[in-house]
Amino acid sequence: MSGTWMTTRAWLLMLPLLVVMVAVIGWPLVDTVGLSFTDAKLVGTAGNFVGIDNYTKMLTSSNFTRTLTTTTWFAVVSVAAEMVIGVLAALLLNQEFRGRSVLRGLMILPWALPTVVNATLWRLIYNPEYGALNAALTQLHVIDAYRSWLGEPGTALAALIVADCWKNFPLVALIALAALQAVPRDITAAALVDGAGPFARFRFVILPYLAGPLMVALVLRTIEAFKVFDIIWVMTRGGPANSTRSLSILVYQEAFSFQRAGSGASLALIVTLLVTVLAVAYAALVKKTAGSAA
Amino acid sequence: MERKNPVFTAFIYACAILLAAVILAPLVWLFVMSISPAADLAAKPLRWWPQSADFSRYAQLLSTTENSAGAAFTASLRNSLEVAGMATLAAILLAVPAGWAVSRTPSVGWSLSMVIATYMLPPVALSVPLYMGLSYLGLLNNVFGLALIYLTILAPFTTWLMKSGFDAIPREIEAAAMIDGAGLFQTWRILSLPLAAPVVATSALFAVLLAWDEFFYALLFTSDQRAKTLTVAIADLAGGRVSDYGLIATAGVLAALPPVLIGLVMQRALISGLTSGGVKG
Repeated sequence: MSGTWMTTRAWLLMLPLLVVMVAVIGWPLVDTVGLSFTDAKLVGTAGNFVGIDNYTKMLTSSNFTRTLTTTTWFAVVSVAAEMVIGVLAALLLNQEFRGRSVLRGLMILPWALPTVVNATLWRLIYNPEYGALNAALTQLHVIDAYRSWLGEPGTALAALIVADCWKNFPLVALIALAALQAVPRDITAAALVDGAGPFARFRFVILPYLAGPLMVALVLRTIEAFKVFDIIWVMTRGGPANSTRSLSILVYQEAFSFQRAGSGASLALIVTLLVTVLAVAYAALVKKTAGSAA
Repeated sequence: MERKNPVFTAFIYACAILLAAVILAPLVWLFVMSISPAADLAAKPLRWWPQSADFSRYAQLLSTTENSAGAAFTASLRNSLEVAGMATLAAILLAVPAGWAVSRTPSVGWSLSMVIATYMLPPVALSVPLYMGLSYLGLLNNVFGLALIYLTILAPFTTWLMKSGFDAIPREIEAAAMIDGAGLFQTWRILSLPLAAPVVATSALFAVLLAWDEFFYALLFTSDQRAKTLTVAIADLAGGRVSDYGLIATAGVLAALPPVLIGLVMQRALISGLTSGGVKG
């Protein structure tokens, strides 16, 4: 069979997918770019061309810088915690003990729990009047009076991060565990014979095997965390006093609550650009890690 | 391997118990809330274990009496099933030929890379034109419209999984069938698709989980019982003026059951799918 026919046939087989992708992703993205240069409203008029006004307005607004800071905090702290706890859990699950396979099976539960159910569950746990956290901490005499964990700007973001970590660290643990099981036994045994302590063994024998898969997990989790919407929307809607407002929530408010489609679109593209830059930088890092680990 | 030091062993067991508690406590509490009488949940100090299990909220939510909390819940359950089913079927129908094509003709692989790169796009970057488009087509607040939009999430992921699946099937087998005179679709029917059936099943399960979990587009594009999905219904309950927290917990348990069961039953397949580099979006 000739190569041209093979290629033509491949394109024909991909055609349905590509048509749908252009319709639901390609066209909307291009349209968002167009909208971002107009003052269009969500409903009604098409809007007038306003050049880069939306971008300059958004980038210089205090709302944007504050929200960017909040989102960065959320992403950095939650992803870092997920990676550390995930690797520790994987090291534990790689040990031999009774009930190990049951415990491994449990790890799938938080991952499988729908994000909205997870957010709802933690919202109930943090409830200021009847929540389990207040009850537990009071009964243990850690706090004297019930607190509004999601209602105080000082604790709301931390409370969200805990809820996000609980759902996502098991995924990191499962990825790390799969990588740990690929470490050849004779290498760890040899390091042990050579007198390497537990930290030296982790750093020089095990970590090189973990680095690649962990980098992939880090990239994907960071992108996810930067796009975060669901968990925050259900738990706090960005409040109190906008202290937990993420970039995605800011775009939602601009485009849908205030119906300013034009400036909402420009903001959405700024977020897209940030995520893309992050992803590209990371991808380079992954390549480097994979290269040095091989 | 490790020296069998009793202190070390005790440490391992202590950590294992801690990890199990961290994972299980919130989940068990969700279930306990769903079967505790409202008075127990409002008691101070809080009653951690109900004196008598009360399953009436499950009956309440699953009843279809008009204008009850149950009617809204069962409608959203049906919508979630419909949207997830339709979107998954469509995603698989698109993914199988495309995944095969990329697997057998690497020169077109860059197009799949582009499709997968859309994963980086935050849904908010597409939401305004999608909203306007659905509104223009009269597909706002419509399960078909929502299922179509879900392809933005499901199709790239399933195609990528199918491509890896077909990569694992030697192309020599297919070549042999074709030399014997089988056409492309015949080869697929008797060889490639049966061999790829486990991958199709895994991809479909992932797609169902992704669709079941989706919230942002459902929040934007649905407005009442005709199309609202479970995630939106639960967010409504959690953010609304429901005074019985047990009812919210019950809705959570019911919404979590299908994906959790899929997760437990399909553990092995899901984990190998996850760890081969794919991660739930």
